[in-house]
Amino acid sequence: MNRSNSKAFLYLLPAFIFLGIFMVYPLFDVMIYSVEEGYNSASQTFRGVGLYNYSYVLRDPYFLQALKNTFILVIITVPVSTLIALLISLGLMSIPKFKDLFQTIFFLPYVTNTLAVGLVFMILFKKTPYSEGFVNLILSFFGGPSIDFIEGPYWAKMTVMCFYTIWIVLPFKILILTSALASVDPMLYKAAKIDGTSDWRIFHKITLPMISPMIFYLIITGFIGAFKAYSDEVAIFGTNLNAAGMNTIVGYVYDMLYGNSGGYPSYAAAAALILFAIVLTITVINLIVSRKNPVTQ
Amino acid sequence: MKIVLDNLTKRFPNRDKKIGGEITAVSHFDLEVPDGKLVGLLGPSGCGKSTALNMICGLEIPTEGKVFFGDDDVTNLPPENRGVGMVFQSYALYPHLTVRENIRFPLENLRGAAKLSKQVMNEKVEEAAKLVQISHLLERRPGEISGGQQQRVAIARALVKLPRVLLLDEPLSNLDARLRLATREEIRRIQTETGITTVFVTHDQEEAMSISDLIVLMKDGVKQQVGKSQEVYEDPANLFVAKFLGTPAINVFKGEVIDGNLWIGEENVLPVPGVKDCKVYAGIRPEGFIPDENGPFSADVIRIEVLGRDTSVVASNPCLDGETVRAIVSSDYNVPAGKSVHFSLKPKCVHLFDQESEERIRYERKDGKKL
Ligand SMILES: Nc1ncnc2c1ncn2[C@@H]1O[C@H](COP(=O)(O)OP(=O)(O)OP(=O)(O)O)[C@@H](O)[C@H]1O
Ligand SMILES: [Mg+2]
Repeated sequence: MNRSNSKAFLYLLPAFIFLGIFMVYPLFDVMIYSVEEGYNSASQTFRGVGLYNYSYVLRDPYFLQALKNTFILVIITVPVSTLIALLISLGLMSIPKFKDLFQTIFFLPYVTNTLAVGLVFMILFKKTPYSEGFVNLILSFFGGPSIDFIEGPYWAKMTVMCFYTIWIVLPFKILILTSALASVDPMLYKAAKIDGTSDWRIFHKITLPMISPMIFYLIITGFIGAFKAYSDEVAIFGTNLNAAGMNTIVGYVYDMLYGNSGGYPSYAAAAALILFAIVLTITVINLIVSRKNPVTQ
Repeated sequence: MKIVLDNLTKRFPNRDKKIGGEITAVSHFDLEVPDGKLVGLLGPSGCGKSTALNMICGLEIPTEGKVFFGDDDVTNLPPENRGVGMVFQSYALYPHLTVRENIRFPLENLRGAAKLSKQVMNEKVEEAAKLVQISHLLERRPGEISGGQQQRVAIARALVKLPRVLLLDEPLSNLDARLRLATREEIRRIQTETGITTVFVTHDQEEAMSISDLIVLMKDGVKQQVGKSQEVYEDPANLFVAKFLGTPAINVFKGEVIDGNLWIGEENVLPVPGVKDCKVYAGIRPEGFIPDENGPFSADVIRIEVLGRDTSVVASNPCLDGETVRAIVSSDYNVPAGKSVHFSLKPKCVHLFDQESEERIRYERKDGKKL
């Protein structure tokens, strides 16, 4: 190692130390926990080493429910929210006059507290002895049945959950996509116009490829964010997510550590590592796909 | 096909809302570009060249006036229906497409009866690429080729659909000096080969003069003069044109005409028969000075610059409207700095302008030619 190299390492040392303490060490610690069978947190003892924790978690119906909920959330909300954000951004770009105003309006949910938004959703969807909830009022106006979205059937709860998740991630995506759209060189559009390119062809041959790096970015971060969903669920369904059948993987990990049935750090660690493996796989796949994209090269 | 601009005017709302009102970018602009010719549109930055070009291609709709292609009035035709090819200052190549895909792009837009088969498209692309000598670059992306090559791709893309009119908006401004020289000759060659009526925008007078059949000078949105480069250089209509054309620039002196003679300071430098007594600007081209011990015009030498073929004498004169006098003389000429030297003047290179209007004042030369 030459001098300038060792100097560089010296400057990076604080970062390495912090990353080591707060990222690498806990990761290894979690890995160790996850293979310690019959770990007792009070006496800090364990029976043996093996994969029992994993097989327990994978057979636990609560975990399987959480896994299913998380996957449904990811698969529905990431594409749908990205698509809606793209449509709204395109709309915003085509009305230069009120662009700033609308951009602010669309950005408001982003700076609003999750729990406050949760409260608003409760008012919209929850049935109480005194009120049907706003959405039910609309449904009954059109002659539809009354549905309990918060404590009713699974699909109703899932609808609310997806609705809420999409709503909460939209502002950030709109922000990113409007700035991506604005950064496309307007000369490209002028050149295309002179060559008689149709609007649709301009969109899918120029606009879409030019903003595709940002779309990939949003999809990757969207996947990661949705896999880590937890607080949004609490905001709507309260802390007892297992009872509501609306738990997520992170929620399961939390319950295993601190919940009423908690005190099982080994199960929590195993579940956390399963989540880690899933997120890692999907991120790697995303990266491989985006490598093939010429704009990102 | 000829292009006719008839009384073309473009006004923009002022961008600065506080000032308000309108900016006139192009004002009552008349021009006829003959069929198959290359016209250089020349003027300082912000004089409305791009705006004029954008009105020809249809990206801007004129506030007043009309644009004709041949006998067709295209004033309100959208750009895609005008059949123009355009090369932008920034090239505007699609960065995510290969050179081949870039050039093919305009062809793929053709619909209905005009639709081409894949094979015909490829043939046309390769033909256009060959014309601008980039056949070996077809599979690369714009980011992987040089500025000059990108510029040629842009030209190929503009030419591939055989436009009726080719428009170039400062296409060489991003290139280094040597490449610029080579590329402008190439543009001229391609234009001559294809015979497409072309308008070439630039603020570089040398560039415009070297490749254009006709040059058009603009200032503040107003046309100043149209003509062959040499004619405009030798016979400028006003002081702006005289100053704008030529490197080194014309030397401008404050002078006076008394009894048919031009006086600069205390010196009677040239007979100018037929001019009424008045105060004038006298513009003298650098090549209009002839070293002559008995010459009527004197200046104090500051330094001598030898630049290859030419020697230029940099001197000072109290009546000068500018920094220094520059005279281009034969290379064997040599005088020490600080010395006063005398010149006689070539009448052909001396132009008089009214001090108020800055318009040209013509006078009669000895041989009877009006200057
Ligand atoms: N869209 C617009 N809105 C308002 N003013 C404009 C607009 N486009 C151009 N202008 C103004 O019109 C004038 C002429 O602009 P134009 O772009 O035609 O100049 P140009 O001769 O091409 O200059 P350059 O050599 O710098 O490209 C400028 O004063 C410019 O500020
Ligand atoms: Mg311009």
